[in-house]
Amino acid sequence: MSGPKIFVPLDAAARSVGADATARAIAEEARHRGLDIELVRNGSRGLLWLEPLVEVEQGGVRYAYGPVAPASVAGLFDGGFHSASGDAAKRHPLAQGPTEEIEYLKRQQRLTFSRVGITDPRSLADYLAHGGYRGLEAALDMEPARIVESVTASGLRGRGGAAFPAGMKWKTVLGAPGKQKYVVCNADEGDSGTFSDRMIMEGDPFVLIEGMTIAGLATGAERGYIYLRWEYPDAKRSLDSAIRSATDAHYLGDDIQGSGRRFELEVRMGAGAYICGEETSLLESLEGKRGQVRFKPPLPAIAGLFGRPTVINNVITFASVPIILDRGADFYRHFGMGRSRGTLPMQLAGNVKRGGLVEVAFGMSLKELLYDFGGGSLSGRPIRAVQVGGPLGAYLPESQFDTPLDYEAFAEIKGMLGHGGVVVFDDTVDMAAQARYAMEFCAIESCGKCTPCRIGSTRGVEVIDRLVAGENAAAQEVLLRDLCETLTYGSLCALGGLTPYPVLSALNHFAGDFVKTKSSQASA
Amino acid sequence: MTNPSPRRVIPLKVERSSTLTASERRAVLDACERSKSLPGGLLPILHAVQESLGFVPPDAIALIAHELNLSRAEVHGVVSFYHYFRTQRGGRHVVHVCRAEACQAQGAVGLEAHAKKSLGVEFHGTSADGAVTLEPVYCLGNCSLGPSLMIDDQLQGRVSAERFDELMAPLRAPSPHA
Repeated sequence: MSGPKIFVPLDAAARSVGADATARAIAEEARHRGLDIELVRNGSRGLLWLEPLVEVEQGGVRYAYGPVAPASVAGLFDGGFHSASGDAAKRHPLAQGPTEEIEYLKRQQRLTFSRVGITDPRSLADYLAHGGYRGLEAALDMEPARIVESVTASGLRGRGGAAFPAGMKWKTVLGAPGKQKYVVCNADEGDSGTFSDRMIMEGDPFVLIEGMTIAGLATGAERGYIYLRWEYPDAKRSLDSAIRSATDAHYLGDDIQGSGRRFELEVRMGAGAYICGEETSLLESLEGKRGQVRFKPPLPAIAGLFGRPTVINNVITFASVPIILDRGADFYRHFGMGRSRGTLPMQLAGNVKRGGLVEVAFGMSLKELLYDFGGGSLSGRPIRAVQVGGPLGAYLPESQFDTPLDYEAFAEIKGMLGHGGVVVFDDTVDMAAQARYAMEFCAIESCGKCTPCRIGSTRGVEVIDRLVAGENAAAQEVLLRDLCETLTYGSLCALGGLTPYPVLSALNHFAGDFVKTKSSQASA
Repeated sequence: MTNPSPRRVIPLKVERSSTLTASERRAVLDACERSKSLPGGLLPILHAVQESLGFVPPDAIALIAHELNLSRAEVHGVVSFYHYFRTQRGGRHVVHVCRAEACQAQGAVGLEAHAKKSLGVEFHGTSADGAVTLEPVYCLGNCSLGPSLMIDDQLQGRVSAERFDELMAPLRAPSPHA
């Protein structure tokens, strides 16, 4: 019989603050003391400010300690954190109590992330033991049209940012003529402030594979691609290994679980182009070309990858499908508000005290997320602005913090929920600099196909520079607003079309920052 | 169908005055061999070339184009479109510093300035000792633990100026193989 299980995350974020060294120190210390332990490298629980978060399982309950630096390891063993009698360890300054009782985690509704941080992401057996592949099992007994109906009835909308109903996309692909169809996963998670895709791919890769396999069964596609950004090498390793395990166990391949159905999956790497998160540009890139945006129509569901009908969805969208098939559409739909059904994994990032992953049903207010979960800013200064929805999302002032997390509510205030990223800024932020950066980013990442985006973004940087320098400011502001209108209505895709969101929200809510006089304080 | 006339093969000079070394040439051809039958195989090929050589030599473009039956312009267009592919040899290590908003909110602007000063380079430049090439990156997905950077494929979070210097020290120590 092996000793107690000790968990140290393998997640890239945890590793970025020393989880590997902590794991080595724990193994070393146990060896030194002649203790038998089982060291498991799990995914991250998403309580990122506590990383490296070490958990010890005792009597079926997991106790958390964090952040655990290698130097703290000996002390934890001294306190007996590895043994059932280790009450001293439970009073250790790093002790967080039973993990499931931590307020931050307890208040969440983890559906898509139900296994992340709990299981060993490299173990298919662990995945199966925690309810994995039950969705696929259900899907294998269903007609394709019934699978699509189920996804439609769940109300699941694309989690990549555009929030298009997933079932409708799938239905179009199912109905499209042709034998060769594709399932493509958009894992080009380029929005700053977002990391939920990464956490799923590293922490529970099988759920994504299962979701994509179900999409294949539902639409008649037999080949899938995961388009992954190069910035996620840990996710690449995790996915490759999971695909191998799933193939060996006949969850992928020629004959899925003896059903005679076929689905194959491959990971392809991007090469550092934000625009490839746009679906048509992603498809071009997968075809081995420059990632330039395509005109729509035709929709990818009709003519997508290599001109064939293609289901293209974000990681979280696919990863939400297994639970819908397993527990039923009504179960999923029951969460949420209005037309935003189910849960959204929000990501709290930037200058925030307790940053991490917060999966909650739609409807919670931004304020609750920022203060109840986030605990305010990390610097301790007042939160001045929050950018929701990535680099193309609006900057919101405090007066808008009551907005509920709901696609339509955000659209109403000329913002967007996007992929669920929330970036917090304290009162030292210069909003004119942020507006300028938004234009600069658009210029760097523009694919160059349409003029408003390609040239407008560079002109935008210049106009903001002149505006801030006070060169005929009133006229510059008129020019900037005019330029933003051209970008909004004249761009081919969301990059040019939405760059005005951060620019205009900064200008509208924080006008004082655009005035040269240094004495001027925040207007918001 | 009429009988096809015997094909006249026009000898193509794929690599006029190529400066690729024999081993570089081998690496490029190996990469092509492995991936040219894949649909959309150009990106995997470029990744493999960059992984083995550290960059995509400009003279590799003609060779890849020939192997894939593409025009050189097409291959060049792809190489130059993506920020990740470099056409100049870099340092022994590549450090990608995140410039995106979440890291900005945690002091990335200061870190960027420090990195440039301490390495004595601008973005895309290589330190004089040949150890480190500095590159910008737009999000590493470590947005709650910024400012972040990536050393080769190792992600680092909460990187202060002091931490940056600590991380750079072993990379900049004289290489044992030099």
